[in-house]
Amino acid sequence: MINVLEIQAPTVEWMPLLPLLLVFGGAVVGVLFEAFAPRSTRYVLQTGLSILVLLGAGAAVLFQMADLEPQTIAMGLLSHDGPTLIFWSLLILFSLGGVALFAERGVGDGQSAFASSASAVPGSPLEREAVRLRREHTEVFPLLLFSLLGMMLFASANDLITLFVALEVMSLPLYLLSAMARRRRLLSQEAGLKYFLLGSLASGFFLYGIAMLYGYSGGLTLTDVAAAIDAGADNYWLLLLGLVLLAVGLLFKMGAVPFHSWVPDVYMGAPTPVTGFMAIATKTAAIAALMRVFYVGLGGASWDWQPLLAVIAIVSMILGAVVGLSQNDLKRLLAYSAITHAGFLLVGIVGAVEPGEGVTVSSVGAVAFYLLTYGVATLGAFGLLLTVRRSGGEANGIVAWRGLGKTNPVVAAVMTLFFLSFAGIPLTAGFVGKLAVFSSAFQGGFGWLVLVAVILSVVAAFFYLKIVVAMWFQDAEDDSDTVVVTPSLWTWTVVLVGVLATIVLGLLPGGMIELMNNFSEFIR
Amino acid sequence: MTTASLLVLSAFLFTVGVAGFLLRRNALIAFLSIELMLNATNLAFVAFARQHGNLEGQMAAFFVMVVAAAEVVVGLAIIVAVYRARRSASVDDANLMKF
Repeated sequence: MINVLEIQAPTVEWMPLLPLLLVFGGAVVGVLFEAFAPRSTRYVLQTGLSILVLLGAGAAVLFQMADLEPQTIAMGLLSHDGPTLIFWSLLILFSLGGVALFAERGVGDGQSAFASSASAVPGSPLEREAVRLRREHTEVFPLLLFSLLGMMLFASANDLITLFVALEVMSLPLYLLSAMARRRRLLSQEAGLKYFLLGSLASGFFLYGIAMLYGYSGGLTLTDVAAAIDAGADNYWLLLLGLVLLAVGLLFKMGAVPFHSWVPDVYMGAPTPVTGFMAIATKTAAIAALMRVFYVGLGGASWDWQPLLAVIAIVSMILGAVVGLSQNDLKRLLAYSAITHAGFLLVGIVGAVEPGEGVTVSSVGAVAFYLLTYGVATLGAFGLLLTVRRSGGEANGIVAWRGLGKTNPVVAAVMTLFFLSFAGIPLTAGFVGKLAVFSSAFQGGFGWLVLVAVILSVVAAFFYLKIVVAMWFQDAEDDSDTVVVTPSLWTWTVVLVGVLATIVLGLLPGGMIELMNNFSEFIR
Repeated sequence: MTTASLLVLSAFLFTVGVAGFLLRRNALIAFLSIELMLNATNLAFVAFARQHGNLEGQMAAFFVMVVAAAEVVVGLAIIVAVYRARRSASVDDANLMKF
């Protein structure tokens, strides 16, 4: 029995936690701004605060990278090791892009992409009043920071309950953000509802999986689970059940088939800046957690989960590539592209290669590099989606993009570059990312899976080329009212960073891959 | 009561929750079913805590309750917004986006 007097006060290592504390503090101060700052000053305050906090947290992560001492912190609840820092820096980078897209006001008549009053019924006098007063929801910035906090926790959690709490902290703000679009509000609310209901269902399964693993190992940290597997604890079925249910929750957040049904609807309905942020940041966090749980906690049972993930990788690649071909809306098309990319990333995770002698690129290094190349191109592509408009709203149909190569070659060329990178055409960053992921899977002994993935990446290239052909080789309709609005510096920065990173990482990837390889060892 | 019988009860409640989510059309009932799933999980946590003789499972149950409460706040906000816009909380009516 437990004697209450024996319980000791916990110790917390504050310095390694600094990036998390900065993001959390920034989010809380942002909420206070909403309560006390006058409405007219909030936009400047919130954007400034978010950028400052993110830069501060990014600098803290870089300092920690320079002087890394892998350890578990906060009584073993979080791990502070190479992959943690790599994924934290990626998440902060993507959030900077997200804040820039959230702050974009240049394209929509001087107003952001978010509803004037999200609680007012669409079409009601209350809403018209809010629109007339040019109100804006600046709460979106603290919501983004809260979501980022959850993602960073998710990527570093070494404890299953921390993992569950982080999952919810990351998801709840995203459910709200999805439902807050300024235009097509019914679609947006529907996206929020679908995301919320399906997300909660997935987290229910996730939690039951945690309960099963607890029943198997008698402890909640990944270390306990790994120790129980090594010791060969009784009731192996509990472990298998827990493993599968836990995978359901993680694969749902990643958007892998068969847990992908929310992806197209949410991508389409959510405000475009939110889609851009969510598309890459959620995926990064989910993959970081997936790798930590499966490599560190369930590494001893890899014979049981590798075939499972291999099958899911294959169906994700097939379904994304085939259904994506039939889509006529660019946001939906990018959603199916995201499902395909989830499959490619899983190929690298299945390989499970650890850094060591003769290893050119480990799984963690390869996957992190892939996420970086995919992320910069995704944020840039969604930034460009903001600029092509018709009658005030965004024009996301392929029809509206026809002939854009003649009317606006710059936007068409940049979009083409991003799509070529998604498709993995050589000399773009996406090609190097795919190469790294496939070679790590090959080293891990999954040559057949790599073969399937290479064939399917050719199939997937088709639907990107469909857009490229529409932009350059087709003429715009005669009555087309598509206009390309010049966005403010926010979006241009995101697009420019995307273009530079896609080209530079495509031509000179060596240094970055090496850096990520150096930080790819999990603490156990 | 043995751990096994508690686990069977927990699995039964969880299944009722999943079935309710999949079969009922009203968003509120679907949401209620999710809460049932979370509480079934709490039962499993507490049963395992009793079996292993440590406190972690009981502590987990408290965390789950807090998270479930936070989920209610966000979930009801979205469901009420959808209901006011459409005069219906049926998940079948939310069908503007398809395949």
